Amino acid sequence: MLHRQRDFAEAMSPDPTMERKTAIDVAGVVKRFGHGPAAVVALKDVSLAIRDNEFFTLLGPSGCGKTTLLRILAGFEAVSEGAVSLYGENIAGLPANRRSVNTVFQHYALFPHMTVAENVAYGPQRLGRPVKEIAETVARMLQLVKMEKFAERRPAQLSGGQQQRVALARALAPHPKVLLLDEPLSALDLKLRQAMRAELKQLQRATGITFVFVTHDQEEALSMSDRIAVMSEGEVQQIGTPTEIYEYPANRFVASFIGDANFIVAQIDGITGGMAKCRSVRGLSFTLAAAPGGKPGDKVTLFLRPEKVRIEAPGDAGLAGMIQTMEYLGQSIFYQVDIGEDSPLIVAGRNRDDGGTPYKTGDRVSLVIGADALRMLVA
Amino acid sequence: MPEFRNVGEVRGLRSTAYGFMAFLYLPIIILILYSFNSGSLVMVWSGFGLNWYAKAFGNADIQRAALNSLIVATVATALATVIATLAALVMTRGGPFRGRGASLTMISLPLMVPEIVTAVAMLIVFAGTGLSLGLGNVIIAHVTFCIPFAFMPIRARLEGMDTTLEQASADLYGSDWATFRYVTLPILMPGILAGAMLSFVISLDDFIITMMVAGAGSTTLPVYIYSMIRQGVTPEVNAVSSLLLLASVLLVTLYWLVTRNRAAATA
Repeated sequence: MLHRQRDFAEAMSPDPTMERKTAIDVAGVVKRFGHGPAAVVALKDVSLAIRDNEFFTLLGPSGCGKTTLLRILAGFEAVSEGAVSLYGENIAGLPANRRSVNTVFQHYALFPHMTVAENVAYGPQRLGRPVKEIAETVARMLQLVKMEKFAERRPAQLSGGQQQRVALARALAPHPKVLLLDEPLSALDLKLRQAMRAELKQLQRATGITFVFVTHDQEEALSMSDRIAVMSEGEVQQIGTPTEIYEYPANRFVASFIGDANFIVAQIDGITGGMAKCRSVRGLSFTLAAAPGGKPGDKVTLFLRPEKVRIEAPGDAGLAGMIQTMEYLGQSIFYQVDIGEDSPLIVAGRNRDDGGTPYKTGDRVSLVIGADALRMLVA
Repeated sequence: MPEFRNVGEVRGLRSTAYGFMAFLYLPIIILILYSFNSGSLVMVWSGFGLNWYAKAFGNADIQRAALNSLIVATVATALATVIATLAALVMTRGGPFRGRGASLTMISLPLMVPEIVTAVAMLIVFAGTGLSLGLGNVIIAHVTFCIPFAFMPIRARLEGMDTTLEQASADLYGSDWATFRYVTLPILMPGILAGAMLSFVISLDDFIITMMVAGAGSTTLPVYIYSMIRQGVTPEVNAVSSLLLLASVLLVTLYWLVTRNRAAATA
């Protein structure tokens, strides 16, 4: 009876994250360039699992190893240690041309001497597909990326955005199990980049192919991904959904790399019922949910997003402060508020209906911090 | 404060330039004009006529020499271009290997070695080994000095080529051969054509080395023209030289047209 109930529940509401196969499994991968003491370690023991039909993003600053990891998945680099498998098959020793994985290159790498149609047909041709099938695939792919009218053009006759679409069509034409995208939007201008985000996401849903997307742009990562792996210095810092990464960063690096963040160094005075009382270096006290493993006496970092603080007229409630500087950004206004700590607290205020800015530099204000807004980072 | 002027306004520059051009091209123009001289004295104009062309075309020795030149230039160019292409691929795509720098120097060295040295060295090799293949000897000699001329434009093209294109081909299931056949080679083609053109022209007008290594019966056109001059210059020499010039100009024009079309397609 219990079994039947669970089966029924699963059938009715399939959990989108729990029941999927693993598309790519990276286990203990180390990548060194060069030999001996001069070797540069690009990846230090990276392990992660990318699920089937997932839009997975590798996010990090330049030099964090995200592109190296992508090149390992594509087969352009060999691992120094560790294993990589694609749908259960170990692919560590397989050359790039024998992996069912295709890449959208950062600068597209379209073949300049071929037409758009010939570019898209290249993969299926190498796979020895019948001529008729190839023609159908090319037509379908060009339609998918809305480039039917440009089939006979050469890449040099296309705009950056159009080349981007052709690169997508070419990589999707052989119907790979996994599509790798190496910062494909970085060469486009802002408006086009934003439009392409929605299109990429839609394309991933339409094709059902697992996407592995590499970017250093946190907005891109948050807006498109099912899950994100944040990387830094050759290590995975955190893997989670955009919400998890933004709301519950695992450490200070993740918190500061994604979005804006305030950090207050404090010490735990005592914990009662899961709530910790903390005292900052300058003596301000805060009460917040204790991080797992936190004990009284521990040094911790408190973390607060600027948009989770409300500015009010000075009063009894909240934290007293004085506005030091303000930065008007149109949509929002960033205030630096001196609260007696070493560094001022950054607070984001929304633009008002009347377009006015209610506070100015030098004003005394009161900062109201929501009960759940302040988070504790152990690291 | 220095004043910047149009270089055309510098006094005497314009006339110097014109004088220089005249020095370069006037002899060639005169050579061509006098090839249409109907008289038998080289520098005395006695009327327009194509009779020296007719004579040159009818001269069996000239025909043989021209044929030799074409055979040597064609075969030497084909061999030199293939070798140069392979060498350029190894140099730009082969990764680091022992003796890479030395190899590069060796390939380009014939450009700097005085031609007479190469010629004598070749002569010694052929004489010492007793190798006597007639036209084959000339072809071998031409291949050696054509390789660097073919190599340079091919290597330049390969170095300018984005290696991610080859990665993209591998990513799209292209084997090493397919990648070379469908991506590297077509993109490299203008470089190979340029290399072949250059080596063809260099081979066609080579004199010193051919003079040294060519035995009886393997005389090429430049060597034959030299022997004609020694017997006294007639407008026939002008006619043959003009034809040689025409062949070179046609080749260069052809190359220019081919590359221009490609450039228009890819630019």
